[in-house]
Amino acid sequence: MSQAALKRTPEAPEASESPAVRLHNVTVRFTTERGAVTALDRVSMTVARGGFLTLLGPSGCGKSTLLRVVSDLIPATSGEVEVMGASAAAAREARSIGFVFQDASLLAWRTALENVELPLEVGGGAKHRGARSPRELLALVGLSGREKAYPHELSGGMRQRVAIARALVNDPKLLLMDEPFGALDEITRDRLNVELLRVWENTGATILFVTHSIYEAAFLGQQVLLMAARPGRVREVVDVPLPTPRGVEQRETPQFVELTAHLRRVLETC
Amino acid sequence: MTAPAMSQTEASETYVSDEAARAEYVAAARSAAWRRRLLPVGAAILLLVLWELAVVVFQVRPFIAPAPTAVAATLYAKFGLLIGNLAPTATEAVSGFIIGNLAAIVIATGFVYQRTAEEAFFPIAVMVHTIPVMAYAPILVLMLGNGLSAKVAIAALICFFPTLVNMTRGLRAVTSQQMELMRILSASPSEVFFKLRLKCSLPYLFAALKIAAATSVIGAIVGEWIGATTGIGALIIQATYNFDSPLLYATIVVGSAFSAAFFGVISWLESHFLKWNVAQSG
Repeated sequence: MSQAALKRTPEAPEASESPAVRLHNVTVRFTTERGAVTALDRVSMTVARGGFLTLLGPSGCGKSTLLRVVSDLIPATSGEVEVMGASAAAAREARSIGFVFQDASLLAWRTALENVELPLEVGGGAKHRGARSPRELLALVGLSGREKAYPHELSGGMRQRVAIARALVNDPKLLLMDEPFGALDEITRDRLNVELLRVWENTGATILFVTHSIYEAAFLGQQVLLMAARPGRVREVVDVPLPTPRGVEQRETPQFVELTAHLRRVLETC
Repeated sequence: MTAPAMSQTEASETYVSDEAARAEYVAAARSAAWRRRLLPVGAAILLLVLWELAVVVFQVRPFIAPAPTAVAATLYAKFGLLIGNLAPTATEAVSGFIIGNLAAIVIATGFVYQRTAEEAFFPIAVMVHTIPVMAYAPILVLMLGNGLSAKVAIAALICFFPTLVNMTRGLRAVTSQQMELMRILSASPSEVFFKLRLKCSLPYLFAALKIAAATSVIGAIVGEWIGATTGIGALIIQATYNFDSPLLYATIVVGSAFSAAFFGVISWLESHFLKWNVAQSG
């Protein structure tokens, strides 16, 4: 623990000045059998520390690619990527990034608790043990008592909760979520949306959340980043005028209805 | 993960604990399990009785088809001889099983990390596998002599291929998101192998091992047919030439009992180590 503290202090002073994520003119190109594809075309954006940004756009607009550039899974073909004031690779190695995938990607042979413990077992992750124990994190996502359940014994929503707890175990400063609730039914999704906001307020992490649901984007985000497809590019950044903490009832307010109508109009032209 | 399984777990939380209903459910499940076990046993007994009756009624001569009671009597009278001949066969089968499967696991691991090696050697492995065991068994006996090693080699070779195919597939049965997760966690290549790939491959490996448990015994017996003085295979040949049908049948019973027991051990290991596997527990 003391080692981890020592390791983190030097980067703290200047790092607190920098935004959580800063992309400048980032372009990503792939070569496929049908030729070169520009997944992201000169994308520039910043996310302030502690912010909650939702990425919304039609399929093929490069939302997922953007998360993978920020998390050092895909290299940018050109442009600058800065995460927590350093390179994406440095942020990944410092365990500043937690990632929640579209399918929970739990390891089937590990119990819920063992899945949450995985980040502490690989890549020297124990050094970056967060303030919370895996058990407490399972309680935070509402799964106390199910520590010993295997993934196949859990529902889709519960599996995604385990994945969120796993992403939080190294106490990341940045949480990247790639359509995490896309495969869930609407009732479960609504419930998890409210709980995610609670987790966000509880942890103080910055969240980048990819979705293809207008309502989810508007309800969760402090800002919504609208993206257009072919090539993937930033269309518009919309500030969400809703107060926090948010509750489901805010979805019926005139501001919310107006906001989603606006998002829909912009999306139609993307 | 199927939809019904998900909704079932979701619903299980809403049930109010009801001891009577639960006891009723457990009792029904238990009687269904007994039914599943007892029905095949009953059917087997019925077939044996019919066989015995057929031998008596049609006065079938013993060397054409012995009555089950005659086979049972031989099993009892010559138990020492039978077990004495099972020992070398079991040794050959188990040694071949271990060697063949270990080689397959090691080579499959190599294939996963060296795609070029797989592309070069996998087609050759397929071609070797298409050669019938009866064809390559004499070659191995010529190469390795009449002793134990030729039979072990035949058993190993017969186990090797299914495990190689399944293990290669199992080590690759990792989703791209699981690989991305390991990368985000800066996992080392050995951590990716032991914590992800190897675990992913276990259901595939055990499926192959269960096949290999039975085929390794076949390999050992075929090896003994080519040239051996002891073993289940040798005893089968001797009993056939002597028209000693009760001994032949008793030998077959001992050989299959060993195969079944070997299969059972692997199945038990599977259920023990793969409790998490949906296909097993569900």
